[in-house]
Amino acid sequence: MNLRSAPQRGVNFDYIMWLYTRLSALAMYLLGFIGITGALIMGARQQMSLPDLMRWAFTPEVTHVLNTNVANIDAWKTLFWQLMGSLLVVVAGAHGYHGLLNVLDDYVKSAGWREFLRYFTIALWLVMSVIAVYVIFTS
Amino acid sequence: MALKRDVSLKDALRYQGKGPMLTYILHRIGGLGIVIFVSLHVLAGFMLNQPWGSSAGIFIDSIYEYWVFQIFIFFCVIFHMINGLRITILDLWPKLIEYQREAIWLEWVVFLPVYGIAVYTIVQNALGG
Repeated sequence: MNLRSAPQRGVNFDYIMWLYTRLSALAMYLLGFIGITGALIMGARQQMSLPDLMRWAFTPEVTHVLNTNVANIDAWKTLFWQLMGSLLVVVAGAHGYHGLLNVLDDYVKSAGWREFLRYFTIALWLVMSVIAVYVIFTS
Repeated sequence: MALKRDVSLKDALRYQGKGPMLTYILHRIGGLGIVIFVSLHVLAGFMLNQPWGSSAGIFIDSIYEYWVFQIFIFFCVIFHMINGLRITILDLWPKLIEYQREAIWLEWVVFLPVYGIAVYTIVQNALGG
C-alpha cells in the first residue's frame, strides 16, 4: 500500500494554486468577454462568423481573423490586443499546466517523481508562455 | 492521516459516484484535451514561421482542422468551461454546495443544446454545407 501525507492546512503552494485555478477561470471568462466586446466594436457583426468570433474570444490574436471578411486587420493587431492575447495565454497556461500536474499527481506514486513533475510543469509553462508570446508579437 | 493509493481499475469502474463523479472525470478529460490542443497549436504557430518547421506546422494544423477532432475539442472546451464555472461558484460560495446535484442538472441543461448546435454546425460543414 502506498501512502502519502494529506495536504497541509494554511497558505502553501497547493492552496494558492487551488485558489488561482478558480480565480483564473473567472479571469478567463472576463478576458473572453472583453475579446467579444472589442471584436463587435471593431465590426465583427458584419465581417465575421460566430465560430470566428469565438476563436478570437478564446485568444485575441491576429491570425485568428485572417480567414474572415475583415478587410483591414490593423485594428486587430494593436499592442492592446497583443497584450490581451499574451495575458490570456499566460493565465490560461498556468491554469492548464497546473491541472495537468493535478492529474499526474494522482497517478504517480513516488514522492520524488511528484516533486520532479511539479518543477517540470512550471518549466513547461514558462517555456510555452515565452513561445506563445513570441508567436503573438511576431504574427 | 494518509491517503490510500492503488485503487484497481475494476474497483474504480465499480465506484458509484454517479453524476458528480461523471462531471469530475469529464472535466479532467476536457482539461487534458485543451492542454494538449493549445500546446500543439502554439507549437504549430511557432513552427509555421520557421524555415525548418513550416511543413510540420502545417501537418499539426491539419490534425485539428479535421472535423472529428473538432467535435472532440468542442466537447472539451464547452464542457470544461461550463463545469468549471459550476465548480468555481460552488467552491467560492460553499453554502451553495447543498444544491450541487441541482447545479449539475442545470449544467447539463446548458451544455447539451450548446454542444448540440456546435456538433450540428461542424457536421453540416463537414458534409459540404
